Amino acid sequence: MVAENLNTIKQSKEKIDLHAQLIETGVEHVLLELDNTLIGLEPVKTRIRETAALLLVEKAREKLGLIHETPTLHMSFSGNPGTGKTTVALRMAELLHKLGYVRKGHLVSVTRDDLVGQYIGHTAPKTKEVLKKAMGGVLFIDEAYYLYRPENERDYGQEAIEILLQVMENNRDDLVVILAGYKARMNTFFESNPGFRSRIAHHIEFPDYTSEELLEIGNKMLDQLNYSFTKSAEQAFLEYIDLRKAQAHFANARSIRNALDRARLRHANRLFKENKGPVGVQKLSTLEEYDIRESRVFTGGIDN
Amino acid sequence: MKLRQGAFSFLPDLDDSQIHTQVQYCIDQGWAVSVEYTDDPHPRNTYWEMWGHPMFDNPDAAAVVFELNECRKQFGDYYIRIIAFDSTHGWESIKLSFIVNRPKEEPGFHVTREEIKGRSMRYSINSYATKNPEGKRY
Repeated sequence: MVAENLNTIKQSKEKIDLHAQLIETGVEHVLLELDNTLIGLEPVKTRIRETAALLLVEKAREKLGLIHETPTLHMSFSGNPGTGKTTVALRMAELLHKLGYVRKGHLVSVTRDDLVGQYIGHTAPKTKEVLKKAMGGVLFIDEAYYLYRPENERDYGQEAIEILLQVMENNRDDLVVILAGYKARMNTFFESNPGFRSRIAHHIEFPDYTSEELLEIGNKMLDQLNYSFTKSAEQAFLEYIDLRKAQAHFANARSIRNALDRARLRHANRLFKENKGPVGVQKLSTLEEYDIRESRVFTGGIDN
Repeated sequence: MKLRQGAFSFLPDLDDSQIHTQVQYCIDQGWAVSVEYTDDPHPRNTYWEMWGHPMFDNPDAAAVVFELNECRKQFGDYYIRIIAFDSTHGWESIKLSFIVNRPKEEPGFHVTREEIKGRSMRYSINSYATKNPEGKRY
């Protein structure tokens, strides 16, 4: 029966221009934006391109009447803090919406608190409420491993996990779940919950940024705020990044954002201290070497 | 006797995807959709039992269909309806209401005629189903 079908379909002269589809659906636009706005993350971008290609091909197969199956779209993003997991999840929601795999394309971002209740019988309604909110879009569970606490067998997290698994399986057309967290802990989480591992098709790893990439990110952030570095400040900042990376609690792009916030603070302070009459645009928007070098990191202290 | 109450009641029963489409329309209008059930089919029975809260902040109708099916699991032999409430100032009322689940057998209504003074008649209707206490009707 199926083989016969295939033969009749093979006779069909209908053709689909995949590239035109790529542009028509607006997917190309999202992918380009991803390339332009996110620095580094090459493996992530490649994976997303591959996924988009697969989904487009599936849609084309559907159109021509070939057997197709809605692919499992649940994903896991693992990587260190500040490597852009949430940002990519947002883009992913948009992408899946444009490809027609989710109906609304909104992102509902939750953590353990939003899913797990405080007393018996509280968890199930709470989790369901969140799942309902996410239907037609993407549910992003940050630091998913906190759902599972093996040291406490009465923990309600297990209940949330069960409901989650059930909905992930039964309502596959209605929502896509993305789990995110640090790599090592995600691995233990998956090991102790094999149900999750098998229901998630795409495991995407987010690598750490190199110092140069972090500098570029910093420049971009400043640009968005109408600030800029002087040449020497830029050099100092690169040194800062190298020093900061070696310290504990380094959170990639988030640490850069915090460092820049503090640099702006010192910049403002410096302008007051100098007190050399009225200041112009130039002064108000330029961070100098001094603003960076004042950081505790250069004297062996720790920044957050 | 098939109960004809609310919108679409003279049409064949809606299937889940048709319900989905109707609910999505309501949500897109900004109405809060909720699921209600009862086993008293009297037309003046305005307030049915609520199945959960009205869903104010769900952008997609899948959530409502999901809840409807949960409700069917427990009250498969009851009347279940979906109502959409418009909270716009000045409206603040139900904009759309339609039955999405009904008992397998609907025995219909008994008409009671009462003679009152001057040979006038007073009529009232009672569902045959409501002879039994609540929960044992269908």
